[in-house]
Amino acid sequence: MADETRKIAFICSKGDLDMAYPALVMGWAALGNGIDVTIFFTFWGLDLVTKKRQDHLEISPIGNTSMKMSMMGLPTGNLGIPNWMAALPGMTAFTTWFMKKKIAEVGAPPVSEYLQMLVDGGAKLYGCKMTVDMMGLTKDDLVDGVIDIVTASDFMDMTEGAQIVFI
Amino acid sequence: MTEKTAEAILESVEFNEDGYMVDPNAWTPQIAEAIARQEGIAELTEDHWKIIEFCRQRASESGAAPTLRQITSGTGISTKELFSLFPKGPAKKVAKIAGLGKPEGCV
Repeated sequence: MADETRKIAFICSKGDLDMAYPALVMGWAALGNGIDVTIFFTFWGLDLVTKKRQDHLEISPIGNTSMKMSMMGLPTGNLGIPNWMAALPGMTAFTTWFMKKKIAEVGAPPVSEYLQMLVDGGAKLYGCKMTVDMMGLTKDDLVDGVIDIVTASDFMDMTEGAQIVFI
Repeated sequence: MTEKTAEAILESVEFNEDGYMVDPNAWTPQIAEAIARQEGIAELTEDHWKIIEFCRQRASESGAAPTLRQITSGTGISTKELFSLFPKGPAKKVAKIAGLGKPEGCV
């Protein structure tokens, strides 16, 4: 057992900016620790590997109860961004810009660069067949790091014995 | 360096339970070679040393072993090269061979 390489597989199903990072951060940590990494991108998670989308992921303040105004340095304690304000034009662009700034401040790269690091470190990326069909995409629409477009059943086969993390 | 000499060198070195050297100041290039051998790297090349020296330098300034991204951006060695120089877990391997603690930071 000790000689067997530990395997971990992430299922990325969300395309929001904040939901893109957990698999990137944990996958990168896993590679650094010698763990075999596979990532399956499904539904909105496919945006992470779609050329036109991956550097345009957003985070909306609408319905986001975690995003507090105090994050922006305002002395407002637990007060969230009021919903009437969150619905104003430009608010999603603002919160996206802000979150990208916070991410860059801790030295984490943008999604495209992060994914390339994972590929270079040996992570295996796969796109979901059903999502690709549903969205009318082809493999050409996905970044080069994606090895193949596979079915859910293929993913089950290739991750036998792996720990699976659903995001 | 043979397996035996490596073992003999490491006998006098103190490691913590995770396998990192307890005292980074007790580190020598010879110890690095011996740890590398144990980690499955038979010989340390010029690029290995470039990385090790960078990590020691960084740690002496900040007190912590650098992360992989700090190593690639600081040395100009690509992620691909880094993973092929220190296969199967460069984050841990580099820090161990450089006589430092576990890297602090996630990227």
